[in-house]
Amino acid sequence: MPHSVSPEDPASPDQGAIVEEARTDNVETQDSEGTAVADNMGPIGDSQTSEDPDMTMADAGAIEEKITVKVETATEVKLEDLFADMDSDEEFPSSTGQDIKISSSPEAPASPVHIGHTSNSSDPEVMRSFYQRLFPWRYLFQWLNHSPTPSTDFGHREFAFTLQNDAYLRYQSFPTHDLLRKDVLRLMPSRFEIGPVYSTNPRDRKTLRKSTAFKPIAKELCFDIDLTDYDDIRTCCDKANICNKCWQFITMAIKVIDVALRDDFGFKHIMWVYSGRRGAHAWVCDKKARQMDDHKRRALAGYLEVIKGGAQGGKRVNIKRPLHPHVARSLDILKSHFQTDILHDQDPWETDEKFDRLLQLLPDKSLNEALRKKWNSAPGRASTAKWTDIDALAKSGMSKSLDAKALLDAKQDIVLEYTYPRLDIEVSKHLNHLLKSPFVVHPGTGRVCVPINTNHCEDFDPLSVPTVTDLLREIDEWTTPEEEKDGKAIQDWEKTSLKPYVEYFRSFVLGIMKDEKEVKVKREREENGDVMEF
Amino acid sequence: MIRQDFSRIDAKRKNTDHRKKQFATPQYAALSYDTRLNFYTTPPTADITLEQFEQWAIDRLRVLAELEACSFRNRSQAETASYMKPILDKYLPLGSSSSGSSKLGEERMKDHYSHFILRLAFASTEDLRRRFSRVESALFRLRFMDNDAKERQVFVEGLNLEWEVVGEEEKMRWSEELRAAAGGFVKRMEEESWFKVDWERVPELVEGRRVFLRAGKAYVPGREQMSMVVAEFTARLDKALEMTSRALPRLDEDDRLTPILAHLSNNFTTPDASYSSSTTALPGADISARNIDTLSSSFPLCMQNLHRSLRRDAHLKHYGRLQYTLFLKGIGLNLEECLVFWRSSFSKITDDTFNKEYRYNVRHAYGDVGGDSNRRGNGYSPFSCQKILTEHPPGPGESHGCPYRHFSTENLTALLQAVGVKDHEVLRGVKEDKEKMKYHLACNRVFEYAHKQELKKVKDDGTWGAAQLETIVHPNEYFKRSYLLMNLGKVKEAEVEDEVDVKMED
Repeated sequence: MPHSVSPEDPASPDQGAIVEEARTDNVETQDSEGTAVADNMGPIGDSQTSEDPDMTMADAGAIEEKITVKVETATEVKLEDLFADMDSDEEFPSSTGQDIKISSSPEAPASPVHIGHTSNSSDPEVMRSFYQRLFPWRYLFQWLNHSPTPSTDFGHREFAFTLQNDAYLRYQSFPTHDLLRKDVLRLMPSRFEIGPVYSTNPRDRKTLRKSTAFKPIAKELCFDIDLTDYDDIRTCCDKANICNKCWQFITMAIKVIDVALRDDFGFKHIMWVYSGRRGAHAWVCDKKARQMDDHKRRALAGYLEVIKGGAQGGKRVNIKRPLHPHVARSLDILKSHFQTDILHDQDPWETDEKFDRLLQLLPDKSLNEALRKKWNSAPGRASTAKWTDIDALAKSGMSKSLDAKALLDAKQDIVLEYTYPRLDIEVSKHLNHLLKSPFVVHPGTGRVCVPINTNHCEDFDPLSVPTVTDLLREIDEWTTPEEEKDGKAIQDWEKTSLKPYVEYFRSFVLGIMKDEKEVKVKREREENGDVMEF
Repeated sequence: MIRQDFSRIDAKRKNTDHRKKQFATPQYAALSYDTRLNFYTTPPTADITLEQFEQWAIDRLRVLAELEACSFRNRSQAETASYMKPILDKYLPLGSSSSGSSKLGEERMKDHYSHFILRLAFASTEDLRRRFSRVESALFRLRFMDNDAKERQVFVEGLNLEWEVVGEEEKMRWSEELRAAAGGFVKRMEEESWFKVDWERVPELVEGRRVFLRAGKAYVPGREQMSMVVAEFTARLDKALEMTSRALPRLDEDDRLTPILAHLSNNFTTPDASYSSSTTALPGADISARNIDTLSSSFPLCMQNLHRSLRRDAHLKHYGRLQYTLFLKGIGLNLEECLVFWRSSFSKITDDTFNKEYRYNVRHAYGDVGGDSNRRGNGYSPFSCQKILTEHPPGPGESHGCPYRHFSTENLTALLQAVGVKDHEVLRGVKEDKEKMKYHLACNRVFEYAHKQELKKVKDDGTWGAAQLETIVHPNEYFKRSYLLMNLGKVKEAEVEDEVDVKMED
């Protein structure tokens, strides 16, 4: 093989633009080399140029696979050569290399992926295969578009890409999912985020006469819960690390917020998504929720916010009595979690300095003194025991001034402080906040941001969420079952453990589309009715 | 005055003869002021003199400015009411119908006209509209509260708001929840009434969890009626202001009204609304990255707290960085020095991380990058106390905000002692201020304590006038005064020299 081909190394971790350029260059080089080879072989393969690749392949039989790929590309370039006028277009230098990549894979290519064990999720080839073969583009489109036919709901929606070199590309928009997919494959962002629907196409924002004509008009109501906000109360992990013990905080949060959104606010289409590392996002997709302005979002966020203030703020739960129905219900849900997940698993007041925090939150001085004495004499007493000590000592009549009501209130506040969801509230307050799209791959962990089924949210295990490399391996290992061989083509995601998640997403999206369709039909009927009256 | 059509005219009935329409005598519904309160839906149509036009507007403006100042100073509802009473009586009296005063019509006319004049003056920009709608709503709320119950009832019924009354059966079914959500004031369910509305119509009540919510409906107790009426008032006013702003260019006015209107909106400024670097520049001060540690002794507590957190953790979260960066910008630290300061302060991260994640935000705050308007406006203004007190309360791990407001009393006391405020008298005063939510007073109290001797000196000398001794409502003003007091004498000598420097830079 001509050595001049070697610069096109698929494993080189360059950024999109550079790889692109390099590829175009190579295509050209290969072009000329191709002809050169043909010329050289003139005497032998005189009759048909199409034999050339075969010859070369036979030659290269023992050479690495990498080069074989290149030869294939070269063949295809030769095909493109037939349309010489298209190829010579300088303005779109990327089109040649690009088209090949895309055209070679409609939804379900049958070829294996060949991803080695060493490859990781930041490898562009891995990401390419993922976006190409596994990402549920169609459902993502239907989810944001709310109907199968393209509309401005999708077309005026902002997407933002984080590129491999950490550059952040905002205000991207696409009429359909095909074009979004194409651009993602071209730029290979390490992740992309979803913003609001704007009053005009985000790409045209600078051509507008008045800047006020460009403003966000709709976005799903979003919530963001992150385990780092629990760092002062979780004992098992900190920072970016998580385990199944502290994941329970997220499970509790999902339960509390989800029921409030459904029962209190009457929302129906709520999707929870694992954020890929240490948290979860909620997308409330009801039409009413999408159209809320910042003022209403702030009100709703305020309704759900119970824990306020930073670590310096002292007591962080200050709620009035009697408990608001929402707080009372949350407390009911959280009580059992407090016993098992907090007292038992987290054991938050195990040591001296830690139980100080507990005593700070209790109202009665003399009771506190008694507790302190007792706990100091039994170092390492479990939190569960300490929690029951409070009531036991209170009942024994230690303190004359003890106010039973105040103690009960304080205990309720403590339960809430240790279990109530800690929301990153800014995300929910603003219409134009961007949030990572579901199903993208978290660049740090390689895990896919899969939806969490709220009916079984207790069973969700973030550590068993498939990583992108797992998934690609699963495609390779897939063999079509005998009885289905003659059936219709199987999508790649159906071959992997991503299947249940995509299916959940699909049914969720269908639910939204069904609701919005009914509304549209109804409105048309009303309008018709008016006409009839005339 | 500008006509505002809320409902479109039926296309078929539209008058097509424009000439006839143009020269026809306008037909207006005669206005009568039946109630004391006014939703200002119909614009006034009678003639008034130019003097009245101006005088009425100025009177109303005075009232609004005072009202806004009350909110800046964190006055409670009751304090505001008692403070505003004499001002309202003087400039914008409004008697109740039952008083039978002969001036009723006149007073209500003035109220009506002045509102619409100011609407014209404040419709032009988004910023003015928002402020106008906020203070007008506050004024409306104030008046609504001291209305007598009967008149209030008549007024509310006249508004035709679509409120669904909660039936007996439903009331009993949710009695527990309704009672709890209402905050326990309900003694007997039978005597209370509830309205049911979409929750979006009462965002304030939802935000404070003061209503029971079910399936998107808010169950509003009768006594919370006010907040709904006010919300409705604000919503309608916002919409009307938007319409006015669109009609303004068509006002096609001669030069009688426009100058008055422009003048009115220019004068609607408050002490801390704007901040200019020229008034806070400190000639001769060494404001540089390496000197911040020294200067920080002149910082107000909020900034000292940020500085201490930064030194402790070698990191600050987003709002902390923003608040501190803008403050530093305000004291005169230039962009290069500011970047040096942050870079060296974030000692635990690499250059690469700093450049990627933090550099841009600092430059953005200085207006070095970002959209056109950001660059032209030289970035953001340093936060005033008002902004720090009311926006973005700090969350877990965050150090921004106002310690007097956002710290618990114990932590606040500890922090004050740590920065050298040990006097028990002062600490007790601060505690009382905090309990009464007078955070400004607490901060100024600490300022006075920390600069006791210097303040006495300048007062005795008479070098500082009343303007330089009034309440501090901006962190940068705190620093400026503190710095000047700490360096009495030194600054003066340097001044001459520095004026030359400045000119050279220009």
